[in-house]
Amino acid sequence: MVLLTLLAAITIGVVRLRNLFAVVVLGGIYSFLMASVLIVLDAVDVAMTEASVGAGISTVLMLGALYLTKTEEAEPVHKTLLPLFVAVTTAAVLIYGTATLPPFGIAETPVHLNVAPYYLENSIPDTSVPNVVTSVLSSYRGYDTLGETTVIFTAGIAVLMLLKGRRQVKPGPKRRRISS
Amino acid sequence: MRLDVIFRVAAKIFIPFILVFALYVQFHGDFGPGGGFQAGVMAGAMVIFYAIIFGLEAAQRIVPPRLVELMVPAGVAIFAGVGVVSLLFGGNYLDYSPILHDPVHAQHIGILLVEIGVLVTVSGTMVAIFYTFIGRGR
Amino acid sequence: MDVIKTVVEHYNHWIIIFLLVSGLYIVVARGNMVKKLVGLGLFQTSVYLLYITPGKILGGTPPIIAEQYSVYSNPLPHVLILTAIVVGVATLATGLALVVRINEAFGTIEEDEIFAGEEDE
Repeated sequence: MVLLTLLAAITIGVVRLRNLFAVVVLGGIYSFLMASVLIVLDAVDVAMTEASVGAGISTVLMLGALYLTKTEEAEPVHKTLLPLFVAVTTAAVLIYGTATLPPFGIAETPVHLNVAPYYLENSIPDTSVPNVVTSVLSSYRGYDTLGETTVIFTAGIAVLMLLKGRRQVKPGPKRRRISS
Repeated sequence: MRLDVIFRVAAKIFIPFILVFALYVQFHGDFGPGGGFQAGVMAGAMVIFYAIIFGLEAAQRIVPPRLVELMVPAGVAIFAGVGVVSLLFGGNYLDYSPILHDPVHAQHIGILLVEIGVLVTVSGTMVAIFYTFIGRGR
Repeated sequence: MDVIKTVVEHYNHWIIIFLLVSGLYIVVARGNMVKKLVGLGLFQTSVYLLYITPGKILGGTPPIIAEQYSVYSNPLPHVLILTAIVVGVATLATGLALVVRINEAFGTIEEDEIFAGEEDE
């Protein structure tokens, strides 16, 4: 619970800060805290993936992009009444919607009763792999993992197509300083 | 004495351990947390770490861009290839049971091969994207 | 008391909704494109928490089968969210490549400056 409150505090920092380098570093801290929360929630595979992908690769890619766009600072402030109103309305509707969800941590909810016991009981007799997440990911639902690997492949190809080759420097419009 | 002596010495000590840990996470993904994705990201992060400390040219001498661009589709080919091998032995696509005489053992082997394919693609993609971003700015 | 019981049962959901709404606010209200991508990542992470929270059983253990334990947390959300995290980083990489190209074509990555530049032509 304390971890979740820390997450909320860091999010307020990400919204308010204008120096982009600080925003990226706060994003890395956020990913580490998220990994800790996931371990408390018994999701160890997901925590390892979130820590390595969110705090490692995400931060490196964003710093690489900041290096290329040479924009380290600032966004001028527009009128923010309408987005704030939309955000608060969405939050109110969602709080009303989640008020009837089952309480946290009970074992008799419908989530735990239908498909999960089959995988938990039959993972070792069928595949002799004790880690149920790996056996479900690679054997019972291996087709989805093939699709996911194809998505990573496509993203790599897309980035190579967009950014490879010599940089053509076109004279862009002059940057105007918008006074804040 | 250049200012990055501490970084270079520490990197030379760290990098073999990162590789060993990535391979440990990959092959022990059956018995503990881990698997192909985490190991692939760690292996990619090792090369990125080396490139940040020692420079892009030094990293590209060791892990050439051609090799990395070949690794990206090779992992998907391994994954899909295991599925086709299952078809050739008479089962459904990606059903590992008919490959060996013992279905349980065949499932284990199939899972290992598939995770190796995922490792190759994920690490290749991470390193390729990094090389592209940094190579653009010179 | 009833209030404390409600807070303990639903605190997770309220924090998740706060993170979701902050991510949405950053995407909608800020003009800088890199910051919009950070906000999108914030939004995605809150959805991961939303999926994994109902899978936890108090008194259970991570879903790795061993002889001493009999109550395991639900492994199915973990599988879905593993895929979702990796797809999220793929989207982020492609989005950042597009931002770099936009910067080379227009000279800036602020939305307001791009729209103002287009109006002048």
